[in-house]
Amino acid sequence: MSAEKTLNLTLKVWRQKNAASEGGFETYAAPGVSTDMSFLEMLDVVNEGLITQGAEPIAFDHDCREGICGTCSMVINGRPHGPKERTTACQLHVRSFKDGDTISIEPWRAKAFPVRKDLVVDRSAFDRIIAAGGFISAPTGSAQDANALPIPKENADLAMDAAACIGCGACVAVCPNASAMLFVSAKISQLALLPQGQPERYIRVRDMVAQMDAEEFGSCTNHGECETACPKGISLENIARMNRDYLKASLIYRPKVATGGAG
Amino acid sequence: MQTGAGFFGSSIGKKIVMAITGILLVGFVTVHMIGNLQLYLPAHEGVYALDTYGEFLRTLLHGSGIWIARATLLTAAILHIWAAWGLTLMNRAARPVAYQNQAYVASTFASRWMRVSGVVVLIFIIVHLLHLTVGNLLPGFEQGKVFHNVVTGFQVPWVSAFYILAMVFFATHLHHGIWSMLQTLGLSHPRYNGLRHGLATLLTIVVIGGNISFPIAVLTGFVR
Amino acid sequence: MELKSNIPDGPLEKKWEKYRNDMKLVNPANKRKYKIIVVGSGLAGASAAASMAELGYEVECFCYQDSPRRAHSIAAQGGINAAKNYHNDGDSVFRLFYDTVKGGDFRAREANVHRLAEVSVNIIDQCVAQGVPFAREYGGLLDNRSFGGAQVSRTFYARGQTGQQLLLGAYQALERQIGLGKVKMHTRHEMQELILVDGVAKGIVTRDMLTGEIESHLAHAVCLATGGYAPVFFLSTNAMGCNTTAIWRAYKKGAAFANPCYTQIHPTCIPVTGDHQSKLTLMSESLRNDGRVWVPKKPGDKRAPKDIPEDERDYYLERKYPSYGNLAPRDIASRAAKEACDNGLGVGETGRGVYLDFADSIKRLGQPAIEEKYGNLFEMYERITDENPYKVPMRIYPAAHYTMGGLWVDYNLMSTIPGLFVMGEANFSDHGANRLGASALMQGLADGYFVAPYTVGNYLAGVKSGPVVAADHAAVKAAETAVKERIDKLMAIKGKKTPTHFHRELGKIMWEHCGMARTEAGLKKALELIPKLREEFWSDLLVSGTGDELNQSLERAGRVADFFELGELMCLDALERRESCGGHFREESQTPDGEAQRDDANFCHVAAWEYKGEGQVPERHVEPLAFESVHLATRSYK
Repeated sequence: MSAEKTLNLTLKVWRQKNAASEGGFETYAAPGVSTDMSFLEMLDVVNEGLITQGAEPIAFDHDCREGICGTCSMVINGRPHGPKERTTACQLHVRSFKDGDTISIEPWRAKAFPVRKDLVVDRSAFDRIIAAGGFISAPTGSAQDANALPIPKENADLAMDAAACIGCGACVAVCPNASAMLFVSAKISQLALLPQGQPERYIRVRDMVAQMDAEEFGSCTNHGECETACPKGISLENIARMNRDYLKASLIYRPKVATGGAG
Repeated sequence: MQTGAGFFGSSIGKKIVMAITGILLVGFVTVHMIGNLQLYLPAHEGVYALDTYGEFLRTLLHGSGIWIARATLLTAAILHIWAAWGLTLMNRAARPVAYQNQAYVASTFASRWMRVSGVVVLIFIIVHLLHLTVGNLLPGFEQGKVFHNVVTGFQVPWVSAFYILAMVFFATHLHHGIWSMLQTLGLSHPRYNGLRHGLATLLTIVVIGGNISFPIAVLTGFVR
Repeated sequence: MELKSNIPDGPLEKKWEKYRNDMKLVNPANKRKYKIIVVGSGLAGASAAASMAELGYEVECFCYQDSPRRAHSIAAQGGINAAKNYHNDGDSVFRLFYDTVKGGDFRAREANVHRLAEVSVNIIDQCVAQGVPFAREYGGLLDNRSFGGAQVSRTFYARGQTGQQLLLGAYQALERQIGLGKVKMHTRHEMQELILVDGVAKGIVTRDMLTGEIESHLAHAVCLATGGYAPVFFLSTNAMGCNTTAIWRAYKKGAAFANPCYTQIHPTCIPVTGDHQSKLTLMSESLRNDGRVWVPKKPGDKRAPKDIPEDERDYYLERKYPSYGNLAPRDIASRAAKEACDNGLGVGETGRGVYLDFADSIKRLGQPAIEEKYGNLFEMYERITDENPYKVPMRIYPAAHYTMGGLWVDYNLMSTIPGLFVMGEANFSDHGANRLGASALMQGLADGYFVAPYTVGNYLAGVKSGPVVAADHAAVKAAETAVKERIDKLMAIKGKKTPTHFHRELGKIMWEHCGMARTEAGLKKALELIPKLREEFWSDLLVSGTGDELNQSLERAGRVADFFELGELMCLDALERRESCGGHFREESQTPDGEAQRDDANFCHVAAWEYKGEGQVPERHVEPLAFESVHLATRSYK
C-alpha cells in the first residue's frame, strides 16, 4: 500500500435542479482527500459536508462501484470517466490527480441522454435499442443441450470482447457527434459472431439501427474517440461489422410481410 | 418494429452513400492527377502531351464520354454533399448543450474539420472549373490549349497559392475520408487494419503531392 | 403462523417431476388476464419477468436502477454451477445436490436443493441459446473450472464477468418482452410497501425516484427478487443501492423472515484502507484455483513478502485442510483468515489482510496463462490498490458478501403471505447456513427461469382473473398513506447527522458483534447498542432537499431505517441459534481445533421470525429439517 497521502482539490461541478431548469457550474473545495479514496468516495465526502451545511448534495449515478454495472457517468476534466484509460469513474482513484488540481465534472451530454438532475442523466434510450432487437429469441425452455453447438473459441472470445460492454454511455458522451454506434455495434457484433444469433442477424441490425436513429443519437464520422473512452475497450471493429451487416441487410433483406397463420 | 425511414433515411445508409460516392471521387482525383502528370512530358512536334490528352478526353465516345463522366461525378458530388449535410444536421442536433470542457484523444484535426475541409474543396472545385474548364477566371484563356492555360495560370502567384492551400485542406479531407470509407463499408480486419491507415496516407501523399507539384513546377520555372 | 413447506411427497428425485405433473395450469387464453408484479431485475427478477411474459401473463417489473441491466447480479465474477458432467469427472445431479447441502452445513431444505441441482443443467442450455458467451475450449465445447467446496469441475464461466453475461442474457430476454408490450418496466422506482387485501398480496406501493411520486400498482401475484441485505454491515461487496426495504416491508406485513443471521463473509476481498471507504471489492473465488493463501509464521513480520523465505510462511489453508486446500468453502476460509489476523499474523498496514500469492502458478504455467484466466481481475486489483499482483502477492481480507437468510418460502417459493413469492437471494431457501461459490447465479436463474413460472401459475390457477381490486380500495389508500407518512417523518427530523453517518455506525456494530464470529455477550451488547443508535437516528437525522424530487439522501435514509430493524433481528436470531453452522459461527460452539460445532439435536431447523408489531419482540417459529437422502455428517474439508 502506498503510504497515505492527502490532496487539496477544487471541484467545478455542473449543478442542475431538474430536467426543466437551467444548469450551471458551482465550485467546491475538497480539502485533505486521501489518495486511497476512489473518485466517488471523494464526492461522498464533499456531499456529506454539503448535507451538514444544509445544502443539497451533488446528485450522481453510481451503484456497484467496481466498474461493472455501468451506472456511474460523469465527464471528468473533459473525459468521460476521467483521465485513466479503461477505468470507470467509480474505479478512478484520487491518486490520479495532483495536489492543487481543479477538476471539472459535467454530466454526459447528448440529446438522447437528457439531464435529470446535476450529473444524473436518462439513458433509457439504450434499453429501447436493446428492446428493438438486441436479443436472441430463445424463450425459456426451448433450448437444446449447451454442447450441441460447438463454437470456435476465437468466435466465442470475440463475442465476449463485444459483450463486455457495460452500457454506461461513455462512447456517446465522448463522441463529437454524440453517436451511439459503439454501444449498438457491440451488441450486434456479439450476437452476429455466434451461431445462435444468425437467424435474426439481419432483422436485428436493421431494427436496432432504426431505433438508434429514432432516439436521435448522432452518426459515426470515424473519429475513434469512443474506443479510447470505453472503460471496457470495445473495439471500433464492431462498428465496421455493424456497417457491413447493415449494408447486407439493406441489400438482401425483404421488408416484413404479414403472413397468415395456419388454422 | 422498423421506425426509420429506410436505407437513405438512416444514419448508416447515409454514411454508406458517402463512402461509395467517396470511392468514386477518390478514384477520379487519382486518375485526374495521373493524367495531369503529362504536364511534365516534353512537347512532341510542337504539341504538348497535355493538350493531346485534353483533346482525347473531349472527343472520347464522339464527345459523349466527357459528359457521361461529368454527369457521374456531379451526381456523386451532390449525393456526397447531400449525405454530409444530412449527417451534419443529425450530429449537431444530437448534442444541443456543449461541454464546457472536452479533451480529445483519438480524433484528429482532419476528422474534426471534415466539414470545413469539404467546403474548401467545393470552393476549390468551382474555382478550378472556372479557371481551366470554363476559362473566365483569368484573361488569356485559350480553349484547347491546356498546357498554356495551366502554365500561365500558375504563373500568377495568388492562383498557385490558392491551389496549394486548397490542396492542404484536401489532403486532410482525403486522408480521413479514405480510412473512413473503408471503415464505413465494413472493410475491417485486425490483420489488415494497420494497412488501412497506410493506404490512406500513401494515396493522400501521391494524389496531393502530384497536384501540388504542378503549381510549384510552374512557379519555380521547372515547367514553362 | 404455520410454516407449511408444501413439499411434494415421493422420493427426492421424483418430487419436482411429480409437482409438475400435478400442478394446476392456467389456460393459455386466460394468462393475459392475470397481472404479475416482479420487483427487482437481477438474475431472478429479470428471468422470471421474461419467462412469465413469454408464457402470456401481463408482467410489471420494477427496479431502483436506471436500467434493469444494472442490477447487482452483474457484479458476480466467477461462475455458475451445473451438474453437466461435461468433464467426465464424476459429477451428477445428486453430487451437486449433496455438495450444496453439505456446503450449507445441513441447514437447507433437501427438496428445494435437489430441484435446484436438477434444473441447473437447463440453465446452461438456456443461457447458451440466448447467446451468453461462456468460455470454450479450442474444440468449441464449453470449458469448466473448479470452485470452493467441490471436487469436480462444474463451474461454467465467462471470463471474470459471468454474472454480467448471465444478467445481460436475462435482461435481453426481458427487453424483448418489453418491446413486445408484455412487460411494463418501471426503472428508478423503489418499492416502499406491500399491499395486502384480506391477507393476500395484491400489489405494491412505489416511489418514483425522479419525481418522488407515490404510486400503487396492483396485481394478482407479487414476486420479490430484490436480492440480499449484506449492506447492513455498511461495508460489503454489494452495490451501494442494495437494500432490504422490499423484503422488510413484506416482513412487517406478515411474511416470516428465515435465518436472518446466516450471512456469508467472502474470504477474498480487497482490504479496507480507511474510514472514507464506501464499499469493498471482491476478488473472485476462482483466484483460489491458482493462488496460494499464506501469512508469515512470525507475528508482526514487516518484511516485504518476497523477503520472507518459504519456511517462514504459513500456507494455513493447505496445512489445515489438505484435501481441499485453498479451495476450502468460503466460511471456513474467511474464519481462518480472521484467526490468522487475530493472532497478529495479518499483513499490510492495517494488519487485517493475508496474502494470495500467484508466484508458484506463474512459475508453473507462465504469466500469459494467468493473464488469460484472471487478467481483468488483476487489472481491477491494480487499479484499486496501485500494486501489481503479478509481482507482489495480493492482499485479501474477508468482507460481507451474501446473505443466505431471507424471507421464508415454501416449495412454491411462496412466503407466508399468500400471493407473495420470493426468489433469488431475497429468499432463504437453498443455501442453508453457507453458500458455495458459483451457486448464487445458479439459484437466481433456477428460481426465475424454471421454478417461479410453474409455481406462480399453479397459484394463479386458483385466483380469479380480471380486475384485482379497486384503485381506491381502503387497503391501497392505507398503504399509500403509510409510505407518505414515513417519508414525511424522515424529512421532518431535521437533525444534524447524515444517513451515511448512521449507516456507518450501524455497520460497525454489526461487523463487530454479528460478523465472522459471534458470542452471546457480543450479541447482547449489539442488541443494546442498535436500539440506542436507532433512537438517535430518528431524532438527529438530517435529510437534505424535499421528498418530491430526485433525492439520494432520502433514498439512503429510508434504507438505513430498515437496516436498523433488520440488524436487530439478525442479532436476535444469532443469539437464539446457540450453535455454529456455516457462516454463523458462535464462539461458544466450536470443536477443540476451532471448527464450527453444529448442534443437530437442538437446531436442525429453520428459524422463521414473525413480526409482532412496533416495539414487540418478534416470534420465533421453527420448521424442522428432515434429512432423508443425505446423512447428517460433520462437515469436513480436511
